[in-house]
Amino acid sequence: MTKPKNPRGTPFEEVAFPVFEMPHVGKARYSYAAGWALGRFLAGLKEGKILGTVCKKCGRVFIPPRMYCSYCFREVDEWVEASGEGVIHTVVASYIEATRARAGEPKVVGVVKLEVPGFSFDDHFFPGLLHYICGATDEDVKNMKLFGARVRARFKPPEQRTGSVTDIECFEVAGP
Amino acid sequence: MTGRNLNFKHRVAVVGAGLTLFRRRMLETPQELAWLAARQALDEAGLTLKDIDCVVIGSAPDAFDGVHMKGEYLAEGAGGIRKPVVRVYVGGATGVFVPIAAWWHAASGLCKRVLAVAEEKMSHAAKPHPQYVFRYIWDPVVERPISPNLLWIFAMEMHRYMYKCNVKKEDIALVAVKNKRNACGHPSAQLCNPHIKVEDVLNSEVLVWPVNRLDVSPVSDGAAAVVLASEEEARRITDTPVWIKGIGWTLDTTHWTNRELAYPEYVRRAAEMAYRMAGIDNPRKQIDVAEPYDPFDYKELHHMEGLGLAKRCEAPILTREGVTQRDGDLPINPSGGLLGVGNPIAAAGLMKVAEIFWQIRGEAGARQVKKPVYTGLAQAWGDLMQAGTVIVMGI
Repeated sequence: MTKPKNPRGTPFEEVAFPVFEMPHVGKARYSYAAGWALGRFLAGLKEGKILGTVCKKCGRVFIPPRMYCSYCFREVDEWVEASGEGVIHTVVASYIEATRARAGEPKVVGVVKLEVPGFSFDDHFFPGLLHYICGATDEDVKNMKLFGARVRARFKPPEQRTGSVTDIECFEVAGP
Repeated sequence: MTGRNLNFKHRVAVVGAGLTLFRRRMLETPQELAWLAARQALDEAGLTLKDIDCVVIGSAPDAFDGVHMKGEYLAEGAGGIRKPVVRVYVGGATGVFVPIAAWWHAASGLCKRVLAVAEEKMSHAAKPHPQYVFRYIWDPVVERPISPNLLWIFAMEMHRYMYKCNVKKEDIALVAVKNKRNACGHPSAQLCNPHIKVEDVLNSEVLVWPVNRLDVSPVSDGAAAVVLASEEEARRITDTPVWIKGIGWTLDTTHWTNRELAYPEYVRRAAEMAYRMAGIDNPRKQIDVAEPYDPFDYKELHHMEGLGLAKRCEAPILTREGVTQRDGDLPINPSGGLLGVGNPIAAAGLMKVAEIFWQIRGEAGARQVKKPVYTGLAQAWGDLMQAGTVIVMGI
């Protein structure tokens, strides 16, 4: 005998039944607080800077910045500025939107491991951001050439910045 | 936690399990699905609701079913009315966390017989697609403005794993092929396909390179339930209780862009906790069958390595050599897993626990693995590459 024995349930395709449809969250909108650390981070982006925080006890650099060191569980000691350059830690090519609809053009996105002058990082804990990668095609993703490639933050012109992660347009792959 | 000593009062066993069908969309409401699974588990144990002291419910994000306070909502169908009830939640890891929470209810002596129920109805989040409600798991300040799709993070983890371990998509697709074939022996299965080939996976729609559609588990509705009992009760209920030998769970940070993605640290830590309790020091030799979480095909490989069932980067090799097939030396996901049976999130994790229960009792029928089974493991994982839950069971 194979368990489960006669599992029950009625698949949709077997019956026509009424569906009750409604917008679940309706017109509710959230107004998120950016917080002590990310508030200053966003203000920095508006000035064209990528800021992070440092815990001097363990030496970790946090980007996105935190108010506290999550490992030593103490307040961070100071702010540092990343150079705006980094290397690609991982990268993918998205053919779909957040809604699952097909995207017009494939979008290249990845995690950028950032450089901070005066610090060095291994691959186990490092300052890193999720962002669009530009100057590369989905073919470059597929042949895996982009792993470890050098990139540089491309900021929007100052008058278009709003204090958002999208003030960085993308991380641009450095030319050959 | 240090040492093996765990000061719990009672050993705890699983004495019954139940499942619904897993399908893309079902007529039944979440409460009705929970009831169908709970009823089957009680029947298998030969118990009625009157015998149950406490109820533990697990369900993943409220946003899928479209009902807030889902635990309270599900309580009626899960047999929780006028009883101590708790709902637990750790994203995709919830399904295996449900019996873990039920374990401490019984191990502490607080409850003698515990009903543990997991349910998910993803199809309610119909428009534009259930994937869309996952947007609320991203950080609202630094990630959501980029408009991420949930699949991005898995594609990034999979690609990093491929890069670090030099694994090809063909090697990873073997997992989807194995699991969708295995599912043909499972009466609840949504995606049994006895003829599927690696090329079918590679030729399916590319969603987010390197993830194709058949690399991913489907959207599903379904429920699962198990009954747990403390030792004295368990021996009264059945001659073949399946003991819970070890449990473990951990949570890592949501800041996933700051970590190495090629190796699942959160699973390793959860597994070490469970192994210490179960007295396992060589999982590759001591675990006879395992159900690691496989919402994506690469995840099975990734989790095998985190669980110590394979060395780092070795899981694709074991898979290619057939070691992980049902008749292999280390059968992995003989149920068909999430890729084959389906992925009603919390219910899928508990389905894995039910599978190990049936495998150890020799009741898996068409799915019974060839080697004798004394010890089995189920594992789930969830949230932003964060949560690991592990349970070790045995005779």
